[in-house]
Amino acid sequence: MSNHAGHAEPAHNDEGFIKTYLWSTDHKVIAMQYLFTGMLMAIIGGFTVYVFRMQVAFPGEAVPLFGRVSAGQYNSLVTMHGTIMIFWVAMPVLLAAFGNFLIPLMLGCDDMVFPKVNRLSYQIFLLSAVVLVASFAVQGGAFGGAWTAYPPLSASGEYNLTPYGATLWVVAVALEFVAFLLGGVNFVTTAMNSRAPGMRMFDVPIIVWMIVIASILFMASVGPLIAGAVMLLFDQLLGTGFYDPATGGDPILWQHLFWFFGHPEVYVVMLPAVGIVAEVIAVFSRKKLFGYRTIVYTALATGVISFFVWAHHQFIAGIDPRMASLFSVTTLIISVPIAEMIFVYIATLYGGSITLATPMLWALAFVAEFLIGGVTGIFLGAAGADIYLHDTFFVLAHFHYTFFPIAIISAFAGITFWFPKMFGRMMDERLGKIHFWGTIIAFNVIFIPLFITGVAGDHRRIFDYSGFPDLATPELQYLRIIATVGLLVLLAFQPVFFFNFVRSLVRGAIASPNPWRSNTLEWAAPSPPPHGNFAELPEVYRGPYEYSTEGREEDFWPQHIPGSAPGAGQ
Amino acid sequence: MTSRPIATTRSVMGVPTGRLAVWWVLASEIVLFGGLLGSYVMLRLRHDAWADQSANTSTWAGGFNTLVLLTSSLLAVLAHQAAERGDGQKAARLLRYTILGGGVFLMVKALEWTHEIQAGFTITSNLFWSFYYMVAGLHAAHVVAGMVMMFIVSLTAARNEELHRVENVGIYWHFVDVVWIFLFPLLYIAK
Repeated sequence: MSNHAGHAEPAHNDEGFIKTYLWSTDHKVIAMQYLFTGMLMAIIGGFTVYVFRMQVAFPGEAVPLFGRVSAGQYNSLVTMHGTIMIFWVAMPVLLAAFGNFLIPLMLGCDDMVFPKVNRLSYQIFLLSAVVLVASFAVQGGAFGGAWTAYPPLSASGEYNLTPYGATLWVVAVALEFVAFLLGGVNFVTTAMNSRAPGMRMFDVPIIVWMIVIASILFMASVGPLIAGAVMLLFDQLLGTGFYDPATGGDPILWQHLFWFFGHPEVYVVMLPAVGIVAEVIAVFSRKKLFGYRTIVYTALATGVISFFVWAHHQFIAGIDPRMASLFSVTTLIISVPIAEMIFVYIATLYGGSITLATPMLWALAFVAEFLIGGVTGIFLGAAGADIYLHDTFFVLAHFHYTFFPIAIISAFAGITFWFPKMFGRMMDERLGKIHFWGTIIAFNVIFIPLFITGVAGDHRRIFDYSGFPDLATPELQYLRIIATVGLLVLLAFQPVFFFNFVRSLVRGAIASPNPWRSNTLEWAAPSPPPHGNFAELPEVYRGPYEYSTEGREEDFWPQHIPGSAPGAGQ
Repeated sequence: MTSRPIATTRSVMGVPTGRLAVWWVLASEIVLFGGLLGSYVMLRLRHDAWADQSANTSTWAGGFNTLVLLTSSLLAVLAHQAAERGDGQKAARLLRYTILGGGVFLMVKALEWTHEIQAGFTITSNLFWSFYYMVAGLHAAHVVAGMVMMFIVSLTAARNEELHRVENVGIYWHFVDVVWIFLFPLLYIAK
């Protein structure tokens, strides 16, 4: 292994395993650390959903690989599923992994502006993941008060029955926020200050815009929740009463602080996802992205409006009805910029020469599935309908139709699209398509039945319906079973992806620097890019989406190739 | 060790990267304290009785601490001025005086808290005191962080290296100062 030759030794590339892969400041290595940690957490998150869906479909029976599920375990599993999938899968993969990998490459620079802060960000994130996973093992088990952690349930161990898990949950989430704040500062400053010479603001690829806007949203919204988390921690450990009406506190305060962050958070993970989709759709349509500036402006509008919608999560929390109408209106308004984005993508596809490669399939699936999530959101945004649908499976199906496209579909689009750049080899198309269809069809089989049970009144987070006479609806059981079978099929197709991933790493066809014939700067670097990324740092001459330019022989025109369009004047 | 990526040396916006980063950190800090103070104000408006509790805080001690922090901010500005002139030695010395200001602030704070806890006002005795100790404690943690950072910056500044950091750490210190300017009236004066 590496001998520690001390400070006199100049920086070599062969720095030993630890320095290269575990203690590196290279943005690409850190991106991979985030990606693999996120994938590992996704497996844990997937296992939790397998166990509790089995319990819902076949209550009281022993679940293979787990055994009989107790009510307390059910609560822990449901809570951990939500927490892990949002904070330890969607955030690290979409924001941190793609952000770290793409921002320096797409902006034509050699690294992030603060590489050591970047390394620290991942280390804190890893620590947070360890704390969270460790909470499964403490007495009472992992936190069981739902991922939204509403007090008084979350504030008192007597209520949630997981006193240690609850505290570890708060600590883990707080650490994770610190990690993403450090990462976010890095992303935003890098994008602002380190663009390649010639790259103007509107020459920046959409995905970078999206990650930067998402980072700013995160920074601007997470503070109140950190404040709220400190209060919650004090309530749990010191016995203060910030959320306890008996001492003059207010449990609704937490809901405000949580959702003031929680709703922008939806867009924190959504914006990188639509960014990935924009890149993929433009490349595989061989067409200039329709309405580049429209996308940027709609993203900015979404970001701003997202700070004024949070109370739509609280329509039944006893808030003033006048406030509820106000928040209904803002919530319906925010669907306008999102709908605009969808239209822009469809306009990009229109008349393009479309190739249905695996990344493109994922991107198209994102548009289609997210649309369903968006449309069902309209019902929930309107206070009148929401009061009936609140906390039913309809809500659950709705946000899975947004979050699954965001966290899973777009992540697969991104991984299959940038895999050649990340690892220098191509993924297998046939396995990719098998995995795609298996996942997408199964996904719809899970959640369409849940819309129906939800409208019929099925409540979320119920361990066993037979325990509640007014909730027990045996005639809906077949729908619950269909959903669980859909989940089993979906999970059964995921090994195809992992097999494809590992096999392509070792035996995939060697990728050229630019296998998709794409314009953005990361494809100007070798595949995979070495430390420092570019042999010679590129200069930029045009926007990122000049596909099928008239009068050019090739149908793409990389940003770093000098020259003006033939016959286009200056 | 000191080899920086080219990315760090670029400055497309015309603002040095370090300073830009400090401003973004402060943006996230503003919403943190904003959320905390917003929660405090909302609850306080509902509980007139908190005024009786806050009557037990020492406005004189708080006022003195405000003066100390403002003075230390002045010293941080003078340190920045010295750094601009390239006088790293002087900048380092002034930064250490600033740290001293932070130390005096914390000592006064400790005396206050000792007094109040001995008088029976603890973090659990009333929601006002919960806020009082939590908000002021979080602010004190920022004071400590600022002191540590200023000490590290003073070490390099004394060797005339990385002088731009004097300004950056100063910006952070002013922020800590400004937060206190909000805390002082809300926790001490409003009675």
